[in-house]
Amino acid sequence: MTLPAFDYVILGAGPAGMAAALTAREHGVKVLVLDEQSQPGGQIYRNIETLKTTRPQEFQKLGQEYQSASQLVENFRQCGVEHWFERSIWQISKDLSIYHVNPEGEHDSSVPSLVQAKHLLIAVGAMERPMPLPGWTLPGVMACTAADVLYKTSGLVPEGKVVLAGSGPLMLLIACRMLDAGVRISAILDTGNKTSTLESLPLLPKALRTPSYLFKGASMIWKLRKAGIKMVSGVQTVEALGTQKLEQVRFRKGSMTETLGADLLLLHHGVVPNVQITRLLGCEHQWYEQQRYWEPKVDEWGNTSVKGVSIAGDCGRVAGSKVAELSGHLAAFDMLYQMKVITQKDRDQKSKHLFEQRNSHLAVRPFLDKLFQPSKNWLVPQDDSTLVCRCEEVTVRQIRDAVKKGALSPDRVKSLIRCGMGPCQGRVCGLNVTEIIADESGLPPETLGYFKIRPPLRPITLGLLAQLH
Amino acid sequence: MFRKLSEDRIKVRISFEGEEFFVDTDQSVASALLAEGHQVFRSSVINNQPRGAFCMMGVCFDCLLEINGRPNQQACMVPVKENMVIKRQISSGNNPS
Repeated sequence: MTLPAFDYVILGAGPAGMAAALTAREHGVKVLVLDEQSQPGGQIYRNIETLKTTRPQEFQKLGQEYQSASQLVENFRQCGVEHWFERSIWQISKDLSIYHVNPEGEHDSSVPSLVQAKHLLIAVGAMERPMPLPGWTLPGVMACTAADVLYKTSGLVPEGKVVLAGSGPLMLLIACRMLDAGVRISAILDTGNKTSTLESLPLLPKALRTPSYLFKGASMIWKLRKAGIKMVSGVQTVEALGTQKLEQVRFRKGSMTETLGADLLLLHHGVVPNVQITRLLGCEHQWYEQQRYWEPKVDEWGNTSVKGVSIAGDCGRVAGSKVAELSGHLAAFDMLYQMKVITQKDRDQKSKHLFEQRNSHLAVRPFLDKLFQPSKNWLVPQDDSTLVCRCEEVTVRQIRDAVKKGALSPDRVKSLIRCGMGPCQGRVCGLNVTEIIADESGLPPETLGYFKIRPPLRPITLGLLAQLH
Repeated sequence: MFRKLSEDRIKVRISFEGEEFFVDTDQSVASALLAEGHQVFRSSVINNQPRGAFCMMGVCFDCLLEINGRPNQQACMVPVKENMVIKRQISSGNNPS
């Protein structure tokens, strides 16, 4: 069977994927972009085309960076790239055959259900680091970025008693956006720790090379304080309480415990790379201690350990949209060189200023990564009855018991107690499982490995499998 | 839990648990239901506990619903369409213990 083939297949139409597509198309390469959403933008510029044309007021409120991305999206639309939207990947084989379905988990006749890539760029971005705490599965408790998605896609803003808990610049940004949209925030519970703040100070001088990031951070905090929002720092525990849905949030700071009425609790604990596809492909990964997550091992162009597979953007070391865009261009230039479309000299000449720009954006990262380093009492939930695996409903205690029985890797824990075996395939619990095993066994997380990721990456029916043959 | 900032878009008709709604087009099933004040989408498979949308970006698989007779649909990823029949996904209680 001959499959439809493309020189360059890009997974994800966020800043990294769009930039790579533009550079590849400028050199006449045949490019296909697949994305889960219905339009380009990724999570950061989600729904940008629709917002610009149909809800200009909300488009304005999302700020200058969001608005200026519409130029990138326009260029992407006009560059002659083939793009298939609402595509969800469930398998990529070693020969880079890519299997995908629509959001309903079906094939549809509009596009071939199987395509072949000569070179694959994974630009699927990051996800929020899960923040397991008692009651976090109650309806009414959501990830912080979920509120941002609802705002961008549906013009929905939180209503009633809204509490934010966690730490990180993205939580501040989302809180500021809510403020601009007229939302009243009852409280922001800051779970960041003071040790990180002190340890980050030596890294500050380098960060000052790109003062715009620091200025933006400081002005967000100032804005929230000025609005008179109750902001509690040094929060040590948070619990969501309720029966059918969230009713209250209880938190502790030192010896003080307080209970707040709540209709919506938004959790944020930083962002981590989405490594499901790089894991599936068997790319080598390494442990990034500062932010305590796994990232694919890559060279300066984003090439992974698997030939013909590279990455760009926040599905590797998380560094934000500007770095993602620059990395997209760089990955594409190296792909062009590998495919002998351009010479090495060409590649290096064209990339020089991109590397310079990227380094300048990266200067702030060591400081931010230290300042917002996740602290242990949030990585390993202190209450043993906390659900860690939301799908199979596995608690901290069950994971600790499995470790006591000798399960010293995420995969062994999975085969003993089904943790990570549900529909999300360990996306949510993976990092916490590693941390809990490390805590219980005393072994460093980087020696424990991660879940073995196998197809299908999302649930599909047997009927669909049968259609393939 | 959420309110809409504007009300000027094209509507489609959907039903949830037998009740009919006219909701904005160009959005996911999950956001349409949240806009109508529905938070409980399913019950969990082991302990039968209420669950709703959590991540809104296709990661957590907590917003699973039955849509047009097909179970396990990700409500945050599936766009609303005219005449969609949506039901809660209630666990059959397959607690393994």
